[in-house]
Amino acid sequence: MNRPQRSQVMLHRANYRQRRLRDAAKLLPALGVLLWAIPLTWPAASQDAQGGIGSAGLLYVFGVWVLLIVLGAALASMMRPIIDTPEVEGSEEE
Amino acid sequence: MSFNSLIAIALGYVIFLFAVAFLAERRAIAGHSNWLQSPIIYTLSLSIYCTAWTFYGAVGYAARSGLEFVTIYLGPTLMMVGWWWVLRRLVRIGRAQRITSIADLVSSRFGKSTQLGIIVTLISVIAGTPYIALQLQSVTLSFAVFSQVEGVSWDQADFYRAAVWVAIGLAVFTVLFGTRNLDANERHHGIVMAIAVEAVVKLLALVAVGAFVVWGVAGGPGAMLARIDASEINLWDQNSGRWIGLIFLSAAAFLCLPRMFQVLVVENADERHLHIASWAFPLYLFLMSLFVVPIAVVGLDLLPAGSNPDLFVLTVPLNQGQGGLAVLSFLGGLSSATSMVIVATLALATMVSNHMVVPLWLRLQGSQHATMSGDVRHVILLSRRLSIAAILALGFLYYRVSGGGTALAAIGLISFTGAVQILPAMIGGVFWRGATGVGAAMGLITGLLIWLWSLFLPSFGADAIISEAVMTNGPWGLNWLRPQALFGITDLDPLVHGIMWSMLLNAGMFVIGSLVTFPAPLERLQGAQFVNVFDHSNAAPTWTPAAAGAEDLLIMAQRIMGGNEAQAIFEQEAKAQGKAGYLPEVTLEFIERLERELAGSVGAATAHAMIGQLIGGSSVSVEDLIAVADEAAQILEYSNRLEEKSKEQERTARALRDANAKLTALSIQKDAFLSQISHELRTPMTSIRSFSDILREGEMSTDEQARYAGIIHDEAVRLTRLLDDLLDLAVLENGQVVLHEQTGNLSDLLDRAVRTSGAYDGRLTILRHRPDENFNLTADLDRLGQVFINLISNARKYCDAATPELTIKVGRSSMGAFVDFIDNGSGIASDNQALIFEKFSRLTDGSKAGGAGLGLAICREVMQRLGGDVAYLANVAGGAFRVTLPPAKNPAKLEQT
Repeated sequence: MNRPQRSQVMLHRANYRQRRLRDAAKLLPALGVLLWAIPLTWPAASQDAQGGIGSAGLLYVFGVWVLLIVLGAALASMMRPIIDTPEVEGSEEE
Repeated sequence: MSFNSLIAIALGYVIFLFAVAFLAERRAIAGHSNWLQSPIIYTLSLSIYCTAWTFYGAVGYAARSGLEFVTIYLGPTLMMVGWWWVLRRLVRIGRAQRITSIADLVSSRFGKSTQLGIIVTLISVIAGTPYIALQLQSVTLSFAVFSQVEGVSWDQADFYRAAVWVAIGLAVFTVLFGTRNLDANERHHGIVMAIAVEAVVKLLALVAVGAFVVWGVAGGPGAMLARIDASEINLWDQNSGRWIGLIFLSAAAFLCLPRMFQVLVVENADERHLHIASWAFPLYLFLMSLFVVPIAVVGLDLLPAGSNPDLFVLTVPLNQGQGGLAVLSFLGGLSSATSMVIVATLALATMVSNHMVVPLWLRLQGSQHATMSGDVRHVILLSRRLSIAAILALGFLYYRVSGGGTALAAIGLISFTGAVQILPAMIGGVFWRGATGVGAAMGLITGLLIWLWSLFLPSFGADAIISEAVMTNGPWGLNWLRPQALFGITDLDPLVHGIMWSMLLNAGMFVIGSLVTFPAPLERLQGAQFVNVFDHSNAAPTWTPAAAGAEDLLIMAQRIMGGNEAQAIFEQEAKAQGKAGYLPEVTLEFIERLERELAGSVGAATAHAMIGQLIGGSSVSVEDLIAVADEAAQILEYSNRLEEKSKEQERTARALRDANAKLTALSIQKDAFLSQISHELRTPMTSIRSFSDILREGEMSTDEQARYAGIIHDEAVRLTRLLDDLLDLAVLENGQVVLHEQTGNLSDLLDRAVRTSGAYDGRLTILRHRPDENFNLTADLDRLGQVFINLISNARKYCDAATPELTIKVGRSSMGAFVDFIDNGSGIASDNQALIFEKFSRLTDGSKAGGAGLGLAICREVMQRLGGDVAYLANVAGGAFRVTLPPAKNPAKLEQT
């Protein structure tokens, strides 16, 4: 019978942190896309006098990978496992 | 290493896997499933993404196209790292709706549609079969490698024979551990455990070969990097379309492949496992691909030109005389192939059985039979087992027909593209409430057709299905329909071309179809539940009350879930309803719950259809939906009214509080007045008594006698006046006053009042503007005069200025003519302004004037009787009263007041 409670306007510091962690988790794939799009600017080996980017390119791609894994692990470990926190999708309340 | 001992090792490994699966099932049944459901197992089970095609094929891919092989792993990495967006939602929906497969998800989302289930199942089977064939090929190829070492070269028949045996072995394993129970939500612990073990084996194998290559052959990482730079492989020789296109493709396929959906969503035991898997699975993929390029580079260096780079993982250790390592690598490849085939087959078989066989069977049985005849459970399990066998047979057939050549190797990405056709319907379905079943069907069919035309059919090679002429000129000479240059776009890579057009048109048709059609009621309900899965909204009832006996329902449930499970559910419900016995009341909630339980076994569409048959097909209607919406609106309205009411009560309470405060103040005033009035009455009485005593004693002069009698008389007059006032007020208040209408000049009336009030004694200066006052008015002039006198004498008594002045100002406002009495004293404090017109009220410092505090009360009563008013003007310097004169009235009416 009660009306849907209006979401809190301000959050406690801890909850605030959790929300920003979630924001970071949401942004992580965008970071990955960005970094892995950089190889598109490399010269192709067949058209390049020095024979292309070589093993440096390999190291770059795998380096980005390690970065994403480490960031992902850090975020996951700091995030509280939330199972039943109702969330207002779309309208970020803070 | 003899070939026979390899066979023995492979068999031993398979028996070991059977044992692992069996033990895991046993432990799960015994209730020790905690560690079976750990995030580690979940992460490892995801590794079925890495099939034999990636285990062997990635090295070959790297040898041919350099870094491009890594795109196949980058997509899933991005998906897992971005789990918060899509995966979390899918897993939550999967659990809330008891989804059994990706076809079930789409069908369930769009109103439990059987047709959509069939379409998705068809796409998945067509796209999945070549992939299964690919696994069979890789296993047989790896066997052939070992026999070649012994000098025996396999011919085609040997390949086929091996493939048949592998297929049969896989079918047995899948049937044994995949169709043990019906409820897909009970999860296949045995299978999950076995594929987790296989995941470890294949990772170990690949890392071992990689480590051997880097440290054993090349001599350390630094040397390895130098060797890579020196190698003939062009690491980056790309067209950008493929790099981006393949990352997208692998990311989408990661969600849409039936086997991935099975392990990601259906077998997920706990949403929290995603937290760990979000980084652990990318780590797994990272390790799987770390040594791919080194193996490819070293393989190209060591092995004779023309060796198949797809088998470098096996042939490099063999070439270096590392038999043991080669066997480990073989087991890794076998693991990759078998785990993928098992889960893919299981997922596809569940879809085929739930969305094609069982609905068909139900239709053939007819509605009356569905409730009466045999155990559906056996039928469903049988259909699932047959589906498993059929799918593996299809895979084998495909392998045989395609000839197992390089054509097959190219099919991996094409197969991905086929599976990805489900993406728009799936993502649109879980994020967009406006998506409709018609739109989804249009998109899926469009995507399927384009995929078949531009990628799948051409993959069989020139002139196999599509003739060379059609490839170059288009069908019937329609140039814009050329399979690899649709709409005249010619310069694209064929794969990127196929992905782009199929995805664009698929999504486009899906959106257009959704925008122009109107969803069925059940579809809208399901859509709301899928999209708002995190809101914990209660499901609206999808059934209308109907006459379904609990017994009928129990019979049906038993036939699908088995006797014990069904009875347990019914008994639990009966207990929750507070009923004794096994049969609960058939409430809507119960039907909902039962349907969901059944959906876990046979899929949403079939469960819905079966319940529908029993309770007469009275599913939700538009009217019901509107009723639900109305109810919600009413509740909202009601609570709004409640809120309004409580506000009103608050207002009333506030008014009551104010009144109470006023009453309290008045009561205090009244007490003060009573003591005052007794004092007032007592003082003259005391003088009268004492002076009359003196008079009675005599012995005084006539002057003295006259003086004393005068005092007694004055005091008696004062007493009388006080009593008159009291009486006057009482009469006024009771409305018993009789008014005598007269007409007179206001100026004269004011003259008289000033004179009577004794204001000409020089103490008070009176300022007037006579021209304003000069008009006639009709009222009880005596009473009006009484009010004026009172106000003037108040000013005389209370004005505290050094030279008191009273301004009498006559004016007109919208209320009528008024007379203001404004003195130049300090006025009345705002606290007291509300009280001065109350009777008995008298400001404390005014006691010296000897009034009883009745004057202003009388004034107000009089003015109200006359039809005018008297009020205190708060915003004027000094004490100021405004007398609003009564409006000019009809004299006849006045008599009645």
